[in-house]
Amino acid sequence: MIKVLKPGLATSVQDLGREGYYHLGIPPSGALDQYALSAANQLVGNPANSAALECTLLGPELEFQQDALVAVCGAQMTPKVDGVDMHLDTAFEVKAGQVLRFDFPKAGARAYLAVAGGIDVPLVLGSRSTYALGALGGFQGRRLAIGDELPVGVASGKGRVGASLPMALRQSLGGEVVLRVVPGLYYERLTPAAADSFFAEAWTVGSEADRIGYRFKGGSPLSFQPREQPFGAGSDPSNIVDSCYPIGSIQVPAGLEPIVLHRDAVSGGGYAMIGTVISADLDLIGQMQPNQKARFIAVTLDEALQARRSYKKKLACLSTLFPS
Amino acid sequence: MAQHPVITPLPGTFYRKATPDSPNYVEAGAEVSADTVIGLIEVMKQFSELTAGVAGRLDAFLVEDGDPVEPGQVIATLEDA
Repeated sequence: MIKVLKPGLATSVQDLGREGYYHLGIPPSGALDQYALSAANQLVGNPANSAALECTLLGPELEFQQDALVAVCGAQMTPKVDGVDMHLDTAFEVKAGQVLRFDFPKAGARAYLAVAGGIDVPLVLGSRSTYALGALGGFQGRRLAIGDELPVGVASGKGRVGASLPMALRQSLGGEVVLRVVPGLYYERLTPAAADSFFAEAWTVGSEADRIGYRFKGGSPLSFQPREQPFGAGSDPSNIVDSCYPIGSIQVPAGLEPIVLHRDAVSGGGYAMIGTVISADLDLIGQMQPNQKARFIAVTLDEALQARRSYKKKLACLSTLFPS
Repeated sequence: MAQHPVITPLPGTFYRKATPDSPNYVEAGAEVSADTVIGLIEVMKQFSELTAGVAGRLDAFLVEDGDPVEPGQVIATLEDA
């Protein structure tokens, strides 16, 4: 068991997610940075899809009630065991009775703490991920709270202390982020001037950004082509007749602040989507802090698919290095 | 007398008062204890209290009410008691 002394800002149990139910209104959830979750798991000898803790901005304080092999990947939130700094991206041991804490994030927004054996909460619809808005999965369907006792599964025994990610497989975080976007499905609703300014200007992550969506501020308001709103659409020019929302899709309520939907998003609604951030770049969004800057660049569907192949190759490198 | 920085572990927006109509939690020059709340950080639709951390006299705020802040940023300085 791992006892939660302090829960941190928004710590939740996540694996790679719950695919296949979005059409029923249940989003995939799962780690916002899928690569970091996979890496942390594989460093401790877990399958990439094991459940771990997603620690957002302010990490939890955890008392281990058993010896455990753990690893932290993703945001640069230095783990400390009884006050001693440990390395990121490297497996280390925590003994029964020791307390693990995290330093504030020097870069990135989400650190993933994997424990050999995984966090052993029940599978719900095939996944251990928390969908807090739907009170589903994870630890009692919610973020961690003080006093929670997290069960740990049986370790594979393949992990070893000191296993470390090679530099080439570590993420570089911070600074201005470039997010690749496939324009559509309602891109043509923007005026040419708005379409230009959306891609030309830098946008700043708002402090509301969370697992449901990332809100961006600071760019010029976007205007939509004038039209008579169709039956069933709201009266604002940014409204459409309700439609399905892909994960990564960008909506701009009232043309003011673009919101990129992420893995806990609602599955549909009445805002025009002007584009979709490509799947290979969704991890980058999950590591953005409030007030960090981003630019959007347009890519073709072919380029997006090529990027997805490269991303999958990087994930495959991890499992070759650390077979589980 | 040593100077202590009060840093925010969180990014977000810094506020010196609980609501727009409230008085500031503390003013420069005030005596504070380690658990005195000196402001709020708003992030992810949650408000987290920022405490002084050590007892002493609040010297100065380096951040204005409503300013964006980043993790590790010094919000205020205080002289320990």
